Amino acid sequence: MSNSDVRKGVGLDVITLGGFLIVLDVISLFLAARTQDPLMRMHAYIMLGAFTLGLAALAMRAANGITYDESRYEEGIVKAGVIATVFWGIVGFSVGVIIAAQLAFPNMMYFQDIGWLNFGRLRPLHTSAVIFAFGGNALIATSFYVVQRTNRARLAGGVWPWFVFWGYQLFIVLAATGYVSGITQSREYAEPEWYIDLWLTIVWVAYLLVFLGTLMKRKVKHIYVANWFYLAFIVTIAMLHIINNLAVPIAWTEHKSYSAFSGVQDAMTQWWYGHNAVGFFLTAGFLGMMYYFVPKRAERPVYSYRLSIVHFWALIFIYIWAGPHHLHYTALPQWAQTLGMTFSIMLWMPSWGGMINGLMTLSGAWDKLRTDPVMRMLVVSVAFYGMSTFEGPVMSIRAVNSLSHYTDWTIGHVHSGALGWVAYVSFGALYCMVPWLWKRKRLYSNDLVEWHFWISTIGIVFYITAMWVSGIMQGLMWRAYNSFGFLEYSFVETVKAMHPYYIIRMTGGLLFLIGALIMAYNLWRTARGDVRKGESVPDVMPASAAIATA
Amino acid sequence: MSYEAMAHFAQTWGMLYFAAIFALVLLYALWPGNQKTFDEAAKLAIDDDEPIPADDRRNP
Repeated sequence: MSNSDVRKGVGLDVITLGGFLIVLDVISLFLAARTQDPLMRMHAYIMLGAFTLGLAALAMRAANGITYDESRYEEGIVKAGVIATVFWGIVGFSVGVIIAAQLAFPNMMYFQDIGWLNFGRLRPLHTSAVIFAFGGNALIATSFYVVQRTNRARLAGGVWPWFVFWGYQLFIVLAATGYVSGITQSREYAEPEWYIDLWLTIVWVAYLLVFLGTLMKRKVKHIYVANWFYLAFIVTIAMLHIINNLAVPIAWTEHKSYSAFSGVQDAMTQWWYGHNAVGFFLTAGFLGMMYYFVPKRAERPVYSYRLSIVHFWALIFIYIWAGPHHLHYTALPQWAQTLGMTFSIMLWMPSWGGMINGLMTLSGAWDKLRTDPVMRMLVVSVAFYGMSTFEGPVMSIRAVNSLSHYTDWTIGHVHSGALGWVAYVSFGALYCMVPWLWKRKRLYSNDLVEWHFWISTIGIVFYITAMWVSGIMQGLMWRAYNSFGFLEYSFVETVKAMHPYYIIRMTGGLLFLIGALIMAYNLWRTARGDVRKGESVPDVMPASAAIATA
Repeated sequence: MSYEAMAHFAQTWGMLYFAAIFALVLLYALWPGNQKTFDEAAKLAIDDDEPIPADDRRNP
């Protein structure tokens, strides 16, 4: 290693970030002073505090002297991302259990005097916490890890990756505090108001630049396929986020805004965004994760690199058109509904291309499914990916949708993807990364991984089977007519029939949460360097990873 | 542009555009000369040890 690899002192990155934080401080001070809106004032103070803390942290870091060693990977930020992922995961799963309990026991769990605990406020808190806080942090952390490793280059941008990390946490805090205090623009998975959207745009552009900068520094000629998926996720989310959130605030000092679109155009924009949040946030990004951690853990090359190229381009070209299937039997023109349905069915091919490529990467190493619980978690996540991407196109068919839409079947489908695919591939990545990042030879306990795996898997099965039965029953009851042509059931009768399934669903969610708590404990003990005695599952850390940590 | 003209354009040239892009992707993926690059790329995740070699050129 030559000395030219090591860079010391305060560089342009520190100066630009410091200047930017001062500007942001002034803007939030101005907002806090001028606004008549108490909710906006609350957020202005949160922003003021965050930017000031950021400035102080930056100044302290610059005073202590910053050293960058270009021959080493930047791992501190990945560690921070791992901690944030686990933390927000547990918050998001807990809120999920609470709102499941509110649906199962509406008499006990309804708090008339505590408005912010109502289902309507907590439900977006749950969806955003699991998708954006848990999933988003998992994607940012793993993308920063993978882009460095597969391109053999240290993360670009100096201190700017830390701006991306903390800026994203600030976005989560603003969104969450906004939801519980009643700030929402009522767009599915895009509830934060205009100024929070602007903030996320800034953070996201910085994220894109850090990612691209690292790609440009790469020491290998070919850009590995995982990076293609991460890049598609970052670029497309930027586009979707900006267009879906085009809105006019009623004043610069008020939190409320109105959408630039109206009527069916607004609905279509929202579901173009909504479905591609699934396609590019919850699919493409996590496929990037799969393409690094499955081969790495199995110590096998990608099964078919050619297939990865073909299914990547097919996936990103087709997904963007699938949104209209959320608007069957609405004012949306019939041809647009049919187009959305057709593209959804075509998605079978690239989705299953990815699933087959992930699973077949284990060829020659299938025994690891039995011996390595982390590998099993990753493989089961890919299996759930295959299952939910089979179910999705079926539900997008207009005739099926007439039964499934607005019922719990949709909720079951979302959770088979979210719990089975997105969360499991993230858990697998976390179990891989924690020993690698904290330079430990092995996990604290493989037995606890087994417990996590089985408790959570039973939880998922409870959840999705309960929602299938409940959803199809609900759909059939809604459309049942008696011999006089009247509806057979009143709405409240359908609600009453769902009660036992809501209890099963809540139990499933609770089991999933317990599994995540076991994981958090296991990862914490691993980071501390502890090893559990009397393990029944032997250690299985791949040899290549053991060398990397030596 | 009228709605009919737009729909016609999407249903003909749009489809051809997609088919052409997909053909290019297939051509790139299946081109025999790329075999070596892809074989090496498939292993990129497995060996990524630290420190980063200064003259790492795995795909010259």
